[in-house]
Amino acid sequence: MLGNTSDRQRIAQQRLRIIAGHLQGPVDGDSAILAAECKAQGSKTDVCREGKTVPRRRQEIMKWNGWGYSDSKFLFNKKGQAEFTGKRYRLSGMIIPGLKDWMEGTFGANLQHKTPATPLLTSSAVQPATLNKAFLEELKSTGIPFSHDAEDRVFRAHGHCLHEIFALREGKFGRVPDMVVWPNCHNDVVKIVELACKHNVCVIPYGGGTSVSSALECPPEETRSIVSLDTSQMNRILWIDEKNLTAHVEAGIVGQDLERLLNESGYCTGHEPDSMEFSSLGGWVATRASGMKKNIYGNIEDLVIHIRMVTPRGVIEKSCQGPRMSTGPDIHHFIMGSEGTLGVVTEVTMKIRPMPEYQKYGSVVFPNFEQGVACLREVAKQRCAPASIRLMDNEQFKFGHALKPQVSSIFTSFLDGLKTFYITKFKGFDPNRLCVATLLFEGDREKVLQHEKQVYDIAAKFGGLAAGEDNGQRGYMLTFVIAYLRDLGMDYYVIGESFETSVPWDRVLDICRNVKARIIQECKDKGVQFPPLSTCRVTQTYDTGACVYFYFAFNYRGLSDPVHVYEQVEHAAREEILANGGSLSHHHGVGKLRKEWMRDTVSNVGVGMLKSVKDYVDPDNIFGNRNLL
Amino acid sequence: FNLLLPIITLLRRGDLSCSSVVLNPMLKKRDDFEDMLEERRNSSDLRYALRCYTPVLYKGLAPCKASMLKSMVLQSDQLHHVIGQVSRETGRAADDVQEEASAILEEMAHCLQLSTVRFFAFTLSKVFKTLFRSICVNEEGIQRLQQAIQEHPVVLLPSHRSYMDFLLMSYILYTYDIALPVIAAGMDFMGMKFVGEMLRMSGAFFIRRSFGGDKLYWSVFSEYVKTMLKNGFAPVEFFLEGTRSRTSKSLTPKLGLLNIVMDPYLKGEVYDINVVPVSISYERILEEALYAREMLGVPKPKESTSGLFKARKVLSEDYGSIHVYFGQPVSVRSLAQGRVNRCQFNLVPRHIPRRPSEEIQSFVNDSAYRLVRAQEENMVLKPWVLLASLLLQNHHQDQTAGQKRGMVLEELTAQAVWLRDMFREYGAFLHWPGMNTVLSGQVKPGEPHSTVTPEEELLSQAVIVLSCASYRNQGLHVFLRPALLASAINAASSNLKQEVFNSFSFLRNMFSNEFILCPGATVQDFEEACYLLVKTGALQVTQQELLVTERGQRTVAFLTSMLDPFLQGYQVRETLYKMFSPCLVRLCFPGRLRYTEVLSSDLQKNSLAALLRLGAVQKIKA
Repeated sequence: MLGNTSDRQRIAQQRLRIIAGHLQGPVDGDSAILAAECKAQGSKTDVCREGKTVPRRRQEIMKWNGWGYSDSKFLFNKKGQAEFTGKRYRLSGMIIPGLKDWMEGTFGANLQHKTPATPLLTSSAVQPATLNKAFLEELKSTGIPFSHDAEDRVFRAHGHCLHEIFALREGKFGRVPDMVVWPNCHNDVVKIVELACKHNVCVIPYGGGTSVSSALECPPEETRSIVSLDTSQMNRILWIDEKNLTAHVEAGIVGQDLERLLNESGYCTGHEPDSMEFSSLGGWVATRASGMKKNIYGNIEDLVIHIRMVTPRGVIEKSCQGPRMSTGPDIHHFIMGSEGTLGVVTEVTMKIRPMPEYQKYGSVVFPNFEQGVACLREVAKQRCAPASIRLMDNEQFKFGHALKPQVSSIFTSFLDGLKTFYITKFKGFDPNRLCVATLLFEGDREKVLQHEKQVYDIAAKFGGLAAGEDNGQRGYMLTFVIAYLRDLGMDYYVIGESFETSVPWDRVLDICRNVKARIIQECKDKGVQFPPLSTCRVTQTYDTGACVYFYFAFNYRGLSDPVHVYEQVEHAAREEILANGGSLSHHHGVGKLRKEWMRDTVSNVGVGMLKSVKDYVDPDNIFGNRNLL
Repeated sequence: FNLLLPIITLLRRGDLSCSSVVLNPMLKKRDDFEDMLEERRNSSDLRYALRCYTPVLYKGLAPCKASMLKSMVLQSDQLHHVIGQVSRETGRAADDVQEEASAILEEMAHCLQLSTVRFFAFTLSKVFKTLFRSICVNEEGIQRLQQAIQEHPVVLLPSHRSYMDFLLMSYILYTYDIALPVIAAGMDFMGMKFVGEMLRMSGAFFIRRSFGGDKLYWSVFSEYVKTMLKNGFAPVEFFLEGTRSRTSKSLTPKLGLLNIVMDPYLKGEVYDINVVPVSISYERILEEALYAREMLGVPKPKESTSGLFKARKVLSEDYGSIHVYFGQPVSVRSLAQGRVNRCQFNLVPRHIPRRPSEEIQSFVNDSAYRLVRAQEENMVLKPWVLLASLLLQNHHQDQTAGQKRGMVLEELTAQAVWLRDMFREYGAFLHWPGMNTVLSGQVKPGEPHSTVTPEEELLSQAVIVLSCASYRNQGLHVFLRPALLASAINAASSNLKQEVFNSFSFLRNMFSNEFILCPGATVQDFEEACYLLVKTGALQVTQQELLVTERGQRTVAFLTSMLDPFLQGYQVRETLYKMFSPCLVRLCFPGRLRYTEVLSSDLQKNSLAALLRLGAVQKIKA
């Protein structure tokens, strides 16, 4: 069902692009893909858009009160076995026999004790919209689509922090945006921001909505009309430059679309944050995101060549695409990490790379976490880290084990048994201490194999044993489904979350030990009745340090205010991180959740500098989400 | 002064345990004791010494060999750094410095051997049974300790009144199947042939008494202690007071080792450290007469094996019972909560030694005082402590009156009962077996036996008085703050709260070298003293004034006279600061001094330090 001419035109463009992709990019670089004409569309419901994931009405395909696609979730079937529904993931449609025992064993959860979510969103529970009439009138005349439907507004009032999702499941809504607008291109954004300034309306940019820093929460004290600026319809690759290996992309595109579309032309950005299915390019820039394969491709700050951002003062961008410049402080660094407080990122020129010829997963078992960290440190020292290398601690290893799908053949299960026997009995690894590193190699076949050998040789020096491709691959697959698992937990009194930090190498072991212990102690002190899950993994290596992820969950039966307890424990854990030389955040950002530590983190002068930039760029606080400062 | 204010601030600081001390001195719950010698008297010592000993270690760790420990220390980043630094500064080859470090470590390190421990277990059983009637230990404390060892690295902080302490500690831990501690001991023991090595094999490591400027020594030493502690190889034991207290008063804590053991927590190398104060109370101290002589200027005999052998005559005497109380483990983490910003270690590599920041120094200092007070609080007071106090006061009155009457038994009994109730009211930990047995012993300070010269007569008299005084001192901590307040009320020109506080504050400041008074806690101490006196009905506090009640007169008089000897000591010091102690002896003759105690070198030393600190005296180096 096609809407109008511009839609038809765009679809034609996409077809062209896909064909170009099939032809593996023989088309002349500069003219490979033509810039689409940007023309505002009518405000009627958007049509199905081929190859694009995110519709305007996100609730049509995504959960309004949980993670991800509506059709994909964990549940316990009638036999009491866990299964993952849908067709989208490798795990979809499979039975996971170990999950029930793991949940009961780890959390003391019980399938009889359910805490189901409120099934439907009741619009009457949502605050009525405060509309700025004059703004609305002028907006209408631009033809940019907008909505003040309760569902649309609630969907954009939150990220995925535990307290946000918990409240949604209980059907509780705080301050939500008063309306949602869907600009279609850079110029639409310019118009919206101009109008917002003119009528003093608060604008909160919204990309993928995967924030875990309370960044999307509307400040409850905000009295102006709040407009959520949803960038999801600005999702085109405007051009690909094969001579310089860059692509110019609209900032609303989500990670999976960007990669898929580039892949069709034989390229990739290689930027794969765990949230890449839903998070957007603009969001990556605004939070200083990091991708799993940063060892080859770099983090967002290494990937970005040019940024266009619309601010209340006008548009900020650089005048050329030189690969490096000495022109005073890099203005990109005012934009990256600004978390929507300065303006809306509309277009980004990014580095692209030819798609890797060969990919190989791998895994190594270490007798204990200490040895594993020592190995990662050595790998970093020799600068031979594969595209991705992650080290899970023992609890997480067990968790990964619990998520093994039912194996179809006796042979596989026999092999698994044999492996376990070899590692624990023959090699003498203690099943309660061993830990696993998962690896991903990329490049040409020859180099990958060579590289693989180098890494396994180092691992062997630290007592590591190669544990097969399958374990590695499953480790990465779990990255995408783990967020779904939280929803399952929440059905059964289990709440949890992950948070991250970066820390110098000499502190890695100390921080892991101390933060995990602090979580356990705080849970005990706060009256949590069951032992919590407190686990960590090292997910990135750098020359001088590593990124560490903590996972923390507990069974809250018997607590009157579980979210408050959760927040207290997370707060204490963050204090512990900081006291152990960890950073406030490696890539999640500060938002409002971690604001209180900003001053200690960047010093008074640092805060003053950031503040003066904000004061200049946005004197009327149009971008009033109050993140960061 | 708002009485509630400091309590509220304490509460706000999360300092609950401390505030509950302030609020409920009478409700302190303490464990029961169990006599561990009883079993020894009923079963074979040899079997006991040879029994299976399998203590549980921190996190189920396997024990670490002494040689492995040494190589861990020598390979540590910290030591490497310091060796490099020393070699650059002195121009010596790094290997050479490394050798030296290795030699220092060799001299220092313990080499705990179970066989030696078993030998001690056997001999000490024999010795203890002869010397003591009972050795009472609180078993709940032992269980807490066992738990604490499994959770976090443990530091044991026993009080130090006798050479016996450290052997006794290891003996107890061996008996209860708890990991044997490694003990910081003074180098003096090393001088003892054979015995020094025996001690080393039972877990002692030896440190020089002073090594102020020696970077390398400090580095080896601190790394050695930290390596043992943070890996949880063994509980680390040392004496916070640094040396044996000759007066039975707790000594001002020494901070060096405490700084070292807290460091791994502050730098995040361990999650937490449990510090366990241990209070060892002797009914009669082995060294009692020795101490008194020492304080009168008779030099301390050098530690030697032959000396030890000669001292075997003590075996024929009765030293009563010992009470050992293992206190509540104190978590360093909770002590530091809200006091130390651990981020201060973020910007310099942790292995580079640095002077502790002021924040940390004051934290360690305050912690040290808290821990010493925790030791004091759990000291068991025997009836003799009360009697000694009464007899001394009586003796002083006699002295003033120029009489030598002593005390009538009934009167002493009556007073003792009164005092017992008062001790209890103030929250003291009394061991009171029943009146009859109590009064079978001494009644008045004995007369010197044969007198040759007046000086000698005075000396032997003084020995007796000082010994008595040291028993009285055991109970001083119970009354210290109320006594300071009582003296302050006496000294102040009016009853106005502010006046009394000023005079309290002056006295407290003056006596801070003498007693365990944490610097900067004047207001808390004042409130605590007021609280205790009000609670026991001795004092009325109004908006403006402090009034001693009718029934409080006796209490206040008693409290004041507790402090009197010290006050006079300081007064004498003030007038005679240029003189040496021999002059003091002469001064005693005409009976101008009521208190023979003034002769104590300890009192003189403390008062001189106080006067120096207060700027009343200046040190001029000739």
